[in-house]
Amino acid sequence: MHPEAEFRSHLDAGRFMLLHSASRGVYVHPPRIAVPGSGETDLQWVPACGRGTVHATTVVRCKPPAVDYNVALIDLAEGPRMMSTVLGIAPADVRIGMAVRACIERGEDGSRVVFEPAS
Amino acid sequence: MNGFPRGRTAIVGAATFGVGKSPAYEAIDLAAQASLLALSEAGLKPRDVDALFIAQPQDTLATLSFAEYMGIDPKVSDNNRSGGSAFLLHLEHAALVLDAGLADVALIAYGSNQATASGKLVQASRPSAWEAPYKPLRPISSYALAASRHMHRYGTTKRQLAEVAVAARRWAQLNPEAVARDPLDIDAVVNARMVSDPLGVRDCCLVTDGAAAVVMVRAERARDLHARPVYLLAAASAVTHADIAAMPDLAVTGAAQSGARAYAQAGVRPSDIDVVQVYDAFTINTLLFLEDLGFCAKGEGGAFVEGGRIAPGGALPVNTSGGGLSYCHPGMFGLFTIVESVRQLRGECSARQIEGAQLALAHGNGGVLSSQATAIFGAEQTL
Repeated sequence: MHPEAEFRSHLDAGRFMLLHSASRGVYVHPPRIAVPGSGETDLQWVPACGRGTVHATTVVRCKPPAVDYNVALIDLAEGPRMMSTVLGIAPADVRIGMAVRACIERGEDGSRVVFEPAS
Repeated sequence: MNGFPRGRTAIVGAATFGVGKSPAYEAIDLAAQASLLALSEAGLKPRDVDALFIAQPQDTLATLSFAEYMGIDPKVSDNNRSGGSAFLLHLEHAALVLDAGLADVALIAYGSNQATASGKLVQASRPSAWEAPYKPLRPISSYALAASRHMHRYGTTKRQLAEVAVAARRWAQLNPEAVARDPLDIDAVVNARMVSDPLGVRDCCLVTDGAAAVVMVRAERARDLHARPVYLLAAASAVTHADIAAMPDLAVTGAAQSGARAYAQAGVRPSDIDVVQVYDAFTINTLLFLEDLGFCAKGEGGAFVEGGRIAPGGALPVNTSGGGLSYCHPGMFGLFTIVESVRQLRGECSARQIEGAQLALAHGNGGVLSSQATAIFGAEQTL
């Protein structure tokens, strides 16, 4: 298991994957070699369902010409919470409790999981 | 039996140096100057130190470099780096080392020239791989996310956050050593340039140079070295996460754990504390820590600080130095919460002195609300 490298190679192939422990019935993110606390190592990659809820949100203010952007914490339907950004809406309009869905954005620095409002 | 050696160690030297801008000094020079001042209060020389505790902004092997620079041969050395709370962890460990007789004189030191060297907050950690793609401002966006939760859950307002900054400024105006002493009102804080919503530039700590040091010995020797030793009654800490996404509850910090253990060690309650110093890197910190340390109920921090309650003349004196918001913030502020506690219990604070203060609480924060550490000090009457 090479958690970060495998996560990134899945992402580059267009797949947002989470680690799942069948024995504990929990999902683990960020990826690591064992379930935190209990230490089970039966972690397997499974596709994230992509559904999430905004848990916390901020707007990073920038000096023009750079533009303000959103940074948010997203509670994934599977349980883990991750830092991400909500796109497709003004950054200050992102609200706690908003339903969002994951997409993969490919950029110059590699791929990243981003979210957009779940319509 | 909680095992902590309550009142069995004491601070006999406490000093700051170079607060503000100290051009042409290296960080280690500043730490050395503060250390010499603290040692001189106790009539000690660097060679008398046999337990060295230090965390420097960029020197990750500072116990080695500082021992060499000062001419210290430590039997015990500790370069614990938990962020700005590190010095309260040093305090906790120094008490155990001294009480066990492993060493006789402990020095805790810190110095930074970040303001003149770079003008920016020095980051001691690398960006998390799981945060970097989203470009949060480090560390403010993480605190902003916590603030967003507090506002969402409890209705906390930007004006209530601003009360914290204004109280800190009013204390700083009574502290000749403080860096930011010009007038500041609630509207100026609320209307200041936004940095990472809901936190604006006046919700953020200063960027300054500065150094601090304290010297600790066993209590039995303390009165021979200083006329007014300040006794360590408690020191406890907790770690809850590294990245903000992993914080178990963004509205509850590890201060709830470290504070509860510290009160148990000291045998006191929040209502017994005369003067409070909490690491106010951002205004939200003060609200979170006042709640988690039991000075008010969870969620009521915003209402608690309204009307100048933590400002000069208020019911609870908090951050009497002016704090990281208005006194100084040389990258890591933890040791300054200790020095101000000592100065208050010695009665050295002139215009900002809390008359008759006998119990002082100092609280440090490290990372992004990640490490929390609480210490309680007492004057001799509290032993």
